[in-house]
Amino acid sequence: MHVSENRQRTMSNESRDGQQRENKLSTRPLDTEMPMPVSDLKIEYTKIFMNNEWHDSCCGRRIPVYNPATGELLCEVEEGDKEDIDKAVKCARQAFQLGSPWRRMDASERGRLLCKLADLVERDRQILATLEAIDSGKLFLVAYFVDLVGTIKTLRYYGGWADKIQGKTIPVDGEYFTFTRHEPIGVCGQIIPWNFPLLMFAWKIAPALCCGNTVIIKPAEQTPLTALHMASLIKEAGFPPGVVNIVPGYGPTAGHAIAQHMDIDKVAFTGSTDVGKIIKKAAGNSNLKRVTLELGGKNPNIVFADSDLEHAVEQAHHGLFFNQGQCCLAGSRVFVEEPIYDDFVLKSVERAKKRVLGNPLVPGVDQGPQIDKKHFDKILELIESGRREGAKLECGGGAWGQKGFFIQPTVFSDVTDDMRIAKEEIFGPVQQIMKFSSIEEVIRRANNTHYGLAAGVFTNDINKALTISAALQAGTVWVNCYNAMSSQCPFGGFKMSGNGREMGEYGLQEYTEIKTVTIKIPQKNS
Amino acid sequence: MTSSKIELPAEVKADAAALLGSLHLAPSPLPNLEIKHTKIFINNEWQNSVSGKAFPVYNPSNGEMICEVQEADKADVDKAVQAARLAFSLGSVWRRMDASDRGRLLSKLAGLVERDRTYLATLESLDSGKPFLQTFFLDLEGTIKTLRYFAGWADKVHGLTIPMDGDYFSFTRNEPIGVCGQIIPWNFPLMMTAWKLAPALCCGNTVVLKPAEQTPLSCLYMGALIKEAGFPPGVVNIVPGFGPTAGAAIACHMGIDKVAFTGSTEIGKLIQEAAGRSNLKRVTLELGGKNPNIIFADADCKLDVAVEQAHQGVFFNNGQCCTAGSRIYVEEPIYEEFVRRSVERAKRRVVGNPFDPTTEQGPQISLEQQNRVLEFIQSGMREGAKLECGGKAFGLKGFYVEPTVFSNVCDDMHFAKEEIFGPVQQIMKFKTIEEVIERANNSDYGLTAGVFTNDINRAMTLSAALQAGTVWINCFNALSSQSPFGGFKMSGNGRELGEYSLREYSEVKTITVKVMEKNS
Repeated sequence: MHVSENRQRTMSNESRDGQQRENKLSTRPLDTEMPMPVSDLKIEYTKIFMNNEWHDSCCGRRIPVYNPATGELLCEVEEGDKEDIDKAVKCARQAFQLGSPWRRMDASERGRLLCKLADLVERDRQILATLEAIDSGKLFLVAYFVDLVGTIKTLRYYGGWADKIQGKTIPVDGEYFTFTRHEPIGVCGQIIPWNFPLLMFAWKIAPALCCGNTVIIKPAEQTPLTALHMASLIKEAGFPPGVVNIVPGYGPTAGHAIAQHMDIDKVAFTGSTDVGKIIKKAAGNSNLKRVTLELGGKNPNIVFADSDLEHAVEQAHHGLFFNQGQCCLAGSRVFVEEPIYDDFVLKSVERAKKRVLGNPLVPGVDQGPQIDKKHFDKILELIESGRREGAKLECGGGAWGQKGFFIQPTVFSDVTDDMRIAKEEIFGPVQQIMKFSSIEEVIRRANNTHYGLAAGVFTNDINKALTISAALQAGTVWVNCYNAMSSQCPFGGFKMSGNGREMGEYGLQEYTEIKTVTIKIPQKNS
Repeated sequence: MTSSKIELPAEVKADAAALLGSLHLAPSPLPNLEIKHTKIFINNEWQNSVSGKAFPVYNPSNGEMICEVQEADKADVDKAVQAARLAFSLGSVWRRMDASDRGRLLSKLAGLVERDRTYLATLESLDSGKPFLQTFFLDLEGTIKTLRYFAGWADKVHGLTIPMDGDYFSFTRNEPIGVCGQIIPWNFPLMMTAWKLAPALCCGNTVVLKPAEQTPLSCLYMGALIKEAGFPPGVVNIVPGFGPTAGAAIACHMGIDKVAFTGSTEIGKLIQEAAGRSNLKRVTLELGGKNPNIIFADADCKLDVAVEQAHQGVFFNNGQCCTAGSRIYVEEPIYEEFVRRSVERAKRRVVGNPFDPTTEQGPQISLEQQNRVLEFIQSGMREGAKLECGGKAFGLKGFYVEPTVFSNVCDDMHFAKEEIFGPVQQIMKFKTIEEVIERANNSDYGLTAGVFTNDINRAMTLSAALQAGTVWINCFNALSSQSPFGGFKMSGNGRELGEYSLREYSEVKTITVKVMEKNS
């Protein structure tokens, strides 16, 4: 991960991190040659994966999967619906039975399986990056260096946790001895989005498996292909049948079946706030399953006049435009302090204009297409609303190219907080730049949103940095950086950006039930 | 080194048919083993000793010399410390490395040990007299698992942010201590190398490690693997040598920030003293034990399990374990029967060539150790304990001692108080739980203890009452990378393995920043 950082390292010729990279001993071989997409990629896996076997859908329907760069059909994938979810839950439940190979396995062995899976992903890195690029419109090189590295590191990180999930012994009052066991929750339903299909797959399964759960995971209907390739690797790594089950399908059918299933113990969802609310409601409606949600954001990125301007412009640019703007953590409300506002806008527009659009498989391209037509239309509609409401369109603002769902890199200045483009998550390459005068004002304005996922602050003043990092209502605050994600750090939202945390040690809490065991003893001694 | 792994070979061996059936599946030692590394390892390079001296390394199963190894002394330790200090300087490759990359290097090292498992097991067996199969299954397994376990910790050594009073922001950084001197024993040469290196490197320290002069070979081979894995030069330095010279140089060194030692209590005291006299370096010690193993009569229904576990608990590794359950306290009603079965089991113990797959027990490490064990046996006989079986040297060459069982042992006998470190089981009788707690704790040592009972109240009472760093209930020697290990009282200072061991290899730094205005 370290999204923007890796991106600079690999995508930019005048990489600022070049020096650091040289000094840093990498355990990966240095990439002396630029990786290339697999040229004659064959899509091998298009079925539902249960019990380590491939199944046709019960209903006999299929999902067409498109390449968003061209709009062409890539393949058809078996469509999971309620019945398929029921079958998958049975497999997962069976694999979770007391006495099953998965339940009896040493925790260190679970960790080994995750590490093996990481090795297999590393082996198939080129295939997976190509598959991800054609399926999601993501740049191949970004997929290769950001998504794949993130996936591998996440699997290894949780591979290491498996035998370190420790309960406690507790100095309970009275003649008792008390200890806790951190047990897996059970069958976990996991629903993931289309913006980081593979990385989100890893973020979801790694902590769940590390803690000993079994999983039913539904990839987004737009981007099921890397998840299905992972299925084959999961089997190859040696996970017992039923531990991971992968059901491609649509939200209102398969997703809904997961959320309201009476025999799923926990649901984890990454996607929009709207759907997150439906999921939580369904959990309450059904069996009070545990819920973690990682939802939308309208993240403030605050640039003070005392910061390094060039650096702030570049980071703010990547913070918004990374992944075609399709990031829940996109810094889409850039608040710039008055004295440098005009300069910042000028440089940001210059930077956005330099952005190269095109085929995601070709090196030198900075931006691919949006995921699909529906989303493409929604972004253009929001751009229109910005114009109507009086924001100043500095560049971009329209579609790009003859085919595929490309949108020009777009920058708005003179944006006010009450405009739709300043309030709604656009999830596209549209940067809004606002002006502020005082720290109190910017804190109030930054927090004036239902969202609370991430925030950025650029300043060289330690007092401003610490004041803002305490004051902002956001699950992640970056100081003098943006998108600096890593497996070790927890990630999740305040307010309507989500419930719970993923990644880091905190991620383990979301996948364990704590059992308190108390034993009566004859006589206590300290 | 999990209990199940320890029990496996024993169970197989208890049944001759199963043993024969499994032989074709068992790994075999490498024939014509080539000794590849006999020099001092500093800065990822092989170096001759400054003094020009070398010392002989023997095969304890026949007393023959295997090879000569370069002998490190103070001057070599100085060189190694310089290399380790340089590797630890601010801005170095090692200091700037992502913690997750440190973990990857440890994982890679584990992968290389796994690749060379047969070679290493053969080398270890040749050098230490350990039976090859036990080495292959236990020592190598334990080594690989320890490296992997700490590989996983590297990017999980968390500091804290702290709700400090006043308008401040306070957080901690868990930093590596610096240059760590590590001195390891001859009874588990490879596994102790892993126990020492893995947490130290996981936390980002650099290391100067001295293997025992009897058994430097597997440790030196690890030097080659450490280089191959890609650890930067100077991060690990290996200085084979003797305790009074190289070991003392480490303990007294003003440029070493921490010393970790596994060995005898006597030497442990010298090390702590030297640390105090020199630069107050941090000290962790894992020393001797005279560990009680308490068998209640209610374990009757599983008496065979208790007998077998107590047998393995003392005879494992030719009795050369600090964890050895060498004081067996058996409740009166089952005492006679327990002794009878224990003697029967000891008599069945196969002593012989470590490379013979049927061998359960190899030689003691040296002539000196063999003599020491035989003297303890003599003193037991003199003081009136009843020799039930064994008691003598075994075979014509090599440093073998017969599996020996004593009954009617009293707590005040010399050999019931001292660590024998040999294949000698002492079985005592007890009547009440209060009595056995008092007698079990009446020792300067406090490393481990075993309890066999099906009564939950006894199990809980004993596990609280015993003064020992580890208490095993209905098992013995059930060690694993995940669980901390170390001694109460004079069995040591600090803990190895598990999360607890990370504390022994990090300094905590509190950083407090004045803030304008605090908010919760």
